[in-house]
Amino acid sequence: MTRLNINGKTINVTADPEMPLLWVLRDVVGMTGTKFGCGAALCGACTVHLDGAPVRSCQTPLSAVGTAAVTTIEGLSASPIGRKLQDAWVTLDVPQCGYCQAGQLMSAAALLKETPKPTDADIDAAMNGNLCRCATYIRIRAAIKQAAGVTA
Amino acid sequence: MITLSRRNLLVAGALTTGGLWLGYAPAEAATTGGLNPWVRIAPDGIVTILAHNPEIGQGIKTSIPMLVAEELDVDWTQVRIEQAIADSKIYGRQVAGGSMATTLQYDALRRVGAGARAMLVAAAAQQWSVPAADLTTASGSVRHAASGRTASYGSLVALAATLPAPAAESLVLKDPKTFKLVGKPIAGVDNRAIVTGKPLFGIDTVLPGMKFAVFHKCPVFGGTVAKADLNAAKSLSGVRDAFIVPGTGGIEGLVAGVAIVADSFWAANRAREALAVEWTPGSGATQSSPGFAAEAAARAKSPAQKVITNEGDSAAALKAAAKTVKADYAYPFLAHAPLEPMNCTARVTGNKVEIWAPTQNPENGRQLVAKSLGIPETDITVHMMRCGGGFGRRLQNEYMAEAAWIARAAGVPVKLVWTREDDMTQGNLRPGGFHHFEAGLDAAGKVTAWTDHFVSYGADGEFVRAAGIDATQFPARFIPNFRLDASLLPLKVPTGFLRAPANNAFGFVMQGFIDELAEAANADPLAFRQALLGDARLVGEAGKRDSYDAGRMRAVLDKAAAMARWGRKLSPRSGLGIAFHFSHLGYFANVIEANVDKDGGVRVAKVWVAGDVGRQIVNPSGALNQVQGSVLDAIGAALGLAITIKDGAIVQQNFGEYPIMRMADAPPVEVAFITSDNNPTGLGEPAYPSVAPALAGAIFAATGIRLRQLPFEAAQLKA
Repeated sequence: MTRLNINGKTINVTADPEMPLLWVLRDVVGMTGTKFGCGAALCGACTVHLDGAPVRSCQTPLSAVGTAAVTTIEGLSASPIGRKLQDAWVTLDVPQCGYCQAGQLMSAAALLKETPKPTDADIDAAMNGNLCRCATYIRIRAAIKQAAGVTA
Repeated sequence: MITLSRRNLLVAGALTTGGLWLGYAPAEAATTGGLNPWVRIAPDGIVTILAHNPEIGQGIKTSIPMLVAEELDVDWTQVRIEQAIADSKIYGRQVAGGSMATTLQYDALRRVGAGARAMLVAAAAQQWSVPAADLTTASGSVRHAASGRTASYGSLVALAATLPAPAAESLVLKDPKTFKLVGKPIAGVDNRAIVTGKPLFGIDTVLPGMKFAVFHKCPVFGGTVAKADLNAAKSLSGVRDAFIVPGTGGIEGLVAGVAIVADSFWAANRAREALAVEWTPGSGATQSSPGFAAEAAARAKSPAQKVITNEGDSAAALKAAAKTVKADYAYPFLAHAPLEPMNCTARVTGNKVEIWAPTQNPENGRQLVAKSLGIPETDITVHMMRCGGGFGRRLQNEYMAEAAWIARAAGVPVKLVWTREDDMTQGNLRPGGFHHFEAGLDAAGKVTAWTDHFVSYGADGEFVRAAGIDATQFPARFIPNFRLDASLLPLKVPTGFLRAPANNAFGFVMQGFIDELAEAANADPLAFRQALLGDARLVGEAGKRDSYDAGRMRAVLDKAAAMARWGRKLSPRSGLGIAFHFSHLGYFANVIEANVDKDGGVRVAKVWVAGDVGRQIVNPSGALNQVQGSVLDAIGAALGLAITIKDGAIVQQNFGEYPIMRMADAPPVEVAFITSDNNPTGLGEPAYPSVAPALAGAIFAATGIRLRQLPFEAAQLKA
């Protein structure tokens, strides 16, 4: 049994310590908001926060999580930055298929936590690990700026 | 397909909860007991509209209900959207493909809203004993101006439900000038669920007692299992079962492989490493991409196998030409690579099969499941789940047959999930192709002859899926002596429709070669294209899908050029390119500004797009998203995507070798729509094909290097 802190709640899971956090979340805990895209840290769809830092949960074994606070897309609304980003995503109508957007939002939230007023270069650097197959990049960039209150 | 006459028969009735429902009469009433509640209005005024098409990111789950809500005359805040199940007997065509939903359903869906509105007006007229003609509606209420009375729709539904449904042809639709909702930007109805991580996509499906499955297939298409030792895999912790699926033969549909069923996807997938499988590779094990290229080059020297079109006398015209130009073009296979890998959840109860699938074509999936499992289609229920991208990949539904088979064999509900590597290597590919052009110009620089020997894939004179070319593909019908021939190479790899099928490649080769002819004629690429299009006129038969309105194309071409300030001076190694293309009833042109660094790296500075998809853009927000996405998708593919075949198998495994565009490479894309007086048509595809040739033109302007092969290689462009 492993004790996890997910979105502020303690959750006990029984799973192989080698199992990546992505699959612990999706298949063991039943939280499907975090998405599987590549299984190789190439697409960013599985991005979650460990103690506020973005990680690719498909490459993070359960054994490496320890006591770190896990934040997933289901818990993003708990922070003001998260809510601002979610609202910007909705009002600017960012998603097309929407599948990558959980990971995009988690990367964007980590960016704004570290860099509240990002430049275009900051945004490109922080978001370049997140693929959007529908290529909604123009709106993702605009939504980050809107949430951060920087001029587009 | 529901025939048009059935489509016109509206039916309505009372909901058991006290509301009003209305829809079209099903083609076979037996399937639903006659009930087809396309729209429901509850006593509290909440309007529920069914979204009947698959949502793949094209925004149809938002835009089609907008049409219903507009004619019903309710506020969008009163509207709830529900995803319909797959049942073509009720809903007609339920396909995300061909950019056809808006084209086919624009007026039919408006009549659903108008029909319900007419019943509510009739109910108010009866209640107040006034003529229906004296009543108006707005924001979900009926109003009688003379007496100042108003009644909410919710208060009228009980009475309305007792009235007969109106005849569809009797309904008067709104004057588009009075639209309050259609034509306004509306955010996607699932946006809030998406940004909060709610279960929504096919891969999010969870059933009680469900297990997780992977399906291990031969890397060579059509391979079968010669021998398999499953014991090691079965003994791993978390693994419940492993078995051979014999498959139904061939290179697509339910093919042979080994299924592993486990307590988690991870446990199932890990057990693949413990499998000892000996494959009997398919007959395609000797095929390779370099082999195809060599074979195509050899074929081009021989007479073509079939004539697609032959207008005038191109041989004589080439002989008589003042100047001739020859060029060979080629493009690779492409994978769709939607970010949500193929997956499907299936449950077998007795002889009934229930399926939850992200699919673009649920009826096709139902048919494949029925055929693969040997059961009647009527025993299969298909729930359409939101798709994490489609791009045409989910028009083929082998993953549904796999999940159904595995669930039946395992005796438990299963969620089958493909890995990215499965998805990349087991796709149905955009077919590659080779074009061998020769054209002739007269002394004035006018094109007098055009020939193209198109080498593609197929057998017995038939193209493989999505490889075929129409006799009307531009510039056919615009050049007096025009010949298009084809030869076919056998192919043992399944092919499929990728966004703007066939056009996604033809746009590049045709417009690319047109650029070369402009150069040979010493003409500006824009002016040369304007001359080629000629006067505004309809080419072909009015009302036919392949009729070509030269005036509409000229208008978008001129618009894109004006937006980009075509002809302006740029810095060294920067250039502008321009191209246009007609497909899926949409007219698109674009200008691209690109610069090329010393190492040959291409950077797109900006794209200007003009499009004409008719008189009404239903949802400007979704429309802009579609066009920008199409353009970036096409740039990404042109600059780096190719699937190659080696020993009958796909080489690329994941996004490392198949580098989808990333944010830092996404340029601004400015879009303008010309709203011509034509019926509204679809927008998921037609902006794509003209992008790669405009980029090739920009690179040529920047470097003087002509690119005739996709994807563009930086090595060719070094200073």
